[in-house]
Amino acid sequence: MIYLDNAATTRPKPPGVAEAVAAAMNEYGNSGRGTHPEALEAARSVYGVRQTLASLFGCPRADRVAFTPNSTMALNVAVSGLLGPGDHVLSTDLEHNSVLRPLYRLRSQGAEVDFVPADRQGRIDYADFDRLLRPNTKAVVCTHGSNLTGDLVDIGWVGDFCRRHGLLFILDASQTAGVFPIDMRKQHISVVCFTGHKSLMGPQGTGGLCVGEEVEIRPFAVGGTGVQSYSETQPEAYPTRLEAGTLNSHGIAGLGAALMFLERIGWDAVRAHENALARRFYESVKILPGVKVYGDFTVQERAPIVTLNIADLDSSEVADELAERFQIATRPGAHCAPRLHRALGTEDRGAVRFSWSYFNTEAETDAAAEAVRTLAEEAL
Amino acid sequence: MREKQERFVVTFATTTGAMAMERACRAADLPGRLIPVPRSITAGCGMCWSAPPDARQELEALVIREKLDVDGLYAVLL
Repeated sequence: MIYLDNAATTRPKPPGVAEAVAAAMNEYGNSGRGTHPEALEAARSVYGVRQTLASLFGCPRADRVAFTPNSTMALNVAVSGLLGPGDHVLSTDLEHNSVLRPLYRLRSQGAEVDFVPADRQGRIDYADFDRLLRPNTKAVVCTHGSNLTGDLVDIGWVGDFCRRHGLLFILDASQTAGVFPIDMRKQHISVVCFTGHKSLMGPQGTGGLCVGEEVEIRPFAVGGTGVQSYSETQPEAYPTRLEAGTLNSHGIAGLGAALMFLERIGWDAVRAHENALARRFYESVKILPGVKVYGDFTVQERAPIVTLNIADLDSSEVADELAERFQIATRPGAHCAPRLHRALGTEDRGAVRFSWSYFNTEAETDAAAEAVRTLAEEAL
Repeated sequence: MREKQERFVVTFATTTGAMAMERACRAADLPGRLIPVPRSITAGCGMCWSAPPDARQELEALVIREKLDVDGLYAVLL
């Protein structure tokens, strides 16, 4: 199987990740629950990964990195803990349901939400942020990179917009964490929400949020913390404030191994390799009759995603053919991005998404392009 | 049980704070180890840094220098 569904989850994981998870399962006690050697070993491991992530995202302190099972949970924590009835929130049409559904729920509770529209190519106009700004606007919640087209949002621009207008900036870094530079301080980001299993190449079930200084999030879940057991309320200190219950220290150990691998290879080298493959594929398929590629490829810096349709074929049919006949794994359908599919005009049949990681090769990429050529010729 | 001795004890609001203390002490080659918080300090749970009393001055300086997030400093018989 040629695996080109890395925007859903990267596969395979780097050498050492599975081994780190297995070692943790065999050796660790519960982080923060006791001071015997096994519990401390887990706590030390978790703390080390916090430090690495804080450094990666320009987060001011390691204790401002809170772990969650995924970025969806991190976004729920940030949105529900910072915003409420009467607030106005800006977002974009590029968002995944991990942003949209928390915002729709917030709207049902009395908040107002406006979305910067995407055009037929999936591009947004930054002037719309100013146009949609209101006196009660409190935050921008948006993605760093579309999981559907791979187009990036200029988070430097959005951060500066938020700084100028005194807004919180909650960033969904699900598709970009670890591959594209994110610096909370320089880019004025209040909260970075990340997942561990995509571009960070760690295990599923890992993720979290990095919280800027002076950003106070109301806890989403409350419960056991290993500290202040007789208090009836969740401890206020970060990260415990946002971490009720036992942490996934086994998965976090795997994430730590993945981060070490990425540091060793180099973030820039990973990005260059992935983007070169995606660009190679794009150049091969864009000229094929009947193939329609979505997204803005005039921009060089983009997430390693190429999404397309062939003639008038259903995207599910194409993806199934790719899997069964050519052994190529892709993702059809709506990709949890309903607003962008509507903007692109693909609501009825979805689209086929090809997405790369560091472990893909030119040969795999060329085989995928050849499969698309075959299907396109047969469709004519 | 062991004979009680005076110890210098540092408490933390979070496990993360305790981890930062341990790492800073190891890097600075200062003595001590993490133990469960004794009941004479709090009847809750959690971990604290326990060190010989003569290390107090150096440990307090480390806490300030490294901006470590500590909850309290105690002299305790343990």
